[in-house]
Amino acid sequence: MRKLKPTQILLSAILALVLVVAFTPQVAAQDAPDVGPAHPVPVRPMESHIGNVTGHARDGKTPYRRYCAGCHGEFGDGNGENAAWIDPKPRDFTIATFKCRSTPTGTLPTDQDLYNTLGRGLTNSNMPIWNTFSPQQRADLVAYIKIFSPRWDKEKPGDPIKVPAEPPVTMQSIAHGKALFTKLECWKCHGPSGKGDGPSAATLTDSKDNPIRPYNFSAGKDDSRFKCGSTNEDIYKIFMTGVDGTPMPSFADVIQPNDAWDLVHFLRTLQINRHGKENEILSAAHGVIPAYTDQPSAAPAAQSDTKSPGGGGR
Amino acid sequence: MRNKQFLVALLTFLVCTSMAFAGTVSGKVTYTGTPAKPKPIDMSKEPTCAKQHATPVTTETVVTGANNSLENVVVYISAGANDEGQVPPQAVSYEQKGCQYIPHVLPMHVNQELKISNADQTSHNIHPIPKINREWNKSQPPGTPPISEKYDKAEFIPVKCNIHPWMHGWFVVLNTSHYDLSKGDGEFKLPNLPPGKYTITAWQEDYGTQTADVTITGNETKEVNFSFKAKAY
Repeated sequence: MRKLKPTQILLSAILALVLVVAFTPQVAAQDAPDVGPAHPVPVRPMESHIGNVTGHARDGKTPYRRYCAGCHGEFGDGNGENAAWIDPKPRDFTIATFKCRSTPTGTLPTDQDLYNTLGRGLTNSNMPIWNTFSPQQRADLVAYIKIFSPRWDKEKPGDPIKVPAEPPVTMQSIAHGKALFTKLECWKCHGPSGKGDGPSAATLTDSKDNPIRPYNFSAGKDDSRFKCGSTNEDIYKIFMTGVDGTPMPSFADVIQPNDAWDLVHFLRTLQINRHGKENEILSAAHGVIPAYTDQPSAAPAAQSDTKSPGGGGR
Repeated sequence: MRNKQFLVALLTFLVCTSMAFAGTVSGKVTYTGTPAKPKPIDMSKEPTCAKQHATPVTTETVVTGANNSLENVVVYISAGANDEGQVPPQAVSYEQKGCQYIPHVLPMHVNQELKISNADQTSHNIHPIPKINREWNKSQPPGTPPISEKYDKAEFIPVKCNIHPWMHGWFVVLNTSHYDLSKGDGEFKLPNLPPGKYTITAWQEDYGTQTADVTITGNETKEVNFSFKAKAY
């Protein structure tokens, strides 16, 4: 065999070296941090209890991936594939702040609250009415979303607020509600007729700095547009627990529970196309709500907040 | 016998003097470059507040003083403090006045009581927006009692009022009570520091953080200055 020339040996060696380097897996080098599959969120054994149904996070994993992750994201942070194209944005479960609760502002919702939201959907958003799920599936999904925030491990849900029995709907109640609406300055955002056109409405942003509009009571014919349920009690809970994550605060510290019902009755009259007891009473009075006067009533409800400090007169 | 008494006296002396050793870190916070000019705030949507200010107030994101000083910078011990868990019993106060937050930046210890009051004739909603603490949002009409709250995790929390969008403030929840807020001349002072190694951190809401390490051996005052690079906008 002919001896190879030195240059040929050198070139072959270089070629061999290049091939070896090119095809050897780079085990020594660190993987770039944003390349390759990220670690999935560990499925902690969270549970939910709604009525006599117990949900388990492990059973919620597959339906979450199938039905929820597209918007809420595989890490539950609201950054699913669809999120960029929808408004309002999907809920970020990692901070455990929720809009529709029966518990005070800043506290975790009860399992029932989450279960109800899932089944009711959120009107005027991309959150569907998930009535396709069985109660067990819903409970499993409620348990599953708890894996995304460490708050569910240590913190208990807030104590649901106590809602007293609703008093009768009377013009006196509606008039008091109107006085409260003025005094508590709801109109600053919601506008004097509740159309969502108050002086502060245009600059409102939610807690993630996305623009958001205050609720417009006058739009629509019926109750379908409320996000957290449409009964009088649901409306009561909205302003007595606040809509967390949005500009809507809780008024629990500044309204007496019985007075809050008066506000609910007045708010119903802002729904000008709604057929309800409140609007019947209003039509019977030809659309005129009299000024509220503090009259002694049989029930010793505290009337301490009828003093109007400087504001009002709208 | 005399040796034993002497030894006891010596030990007592040493213990007492080591307890008496308390150093101080003080200095100035300044900036280099040209900061963005503060913008005037239009409060015409809230006449009850607008009339409280003879000239419009300006944004407080960066507050400067003479000789390039920076005000409202939180300077605190971020390592070595050893008073985590020692919650001061008194409350810190935050006031809404003239549709501004006073003070603009409020440092406090984890779990220290925070009292928020409304001195204005308009309602405010007090809406701190934390990322790891609980987010609550409460309405506070005029004439209502102060709101009492606390935070259980250290965090820099922006505070806003949704009704009055120009209102911005900060709750700075720290694991230590060794903090100070730089004054109009940029000066800060951290007294009562036992001997040890410390890391001091200075935080400005727009310019970020800077750190410095310092060692206290006795009663001395160590000077530590911080200089932030100003942003043009």
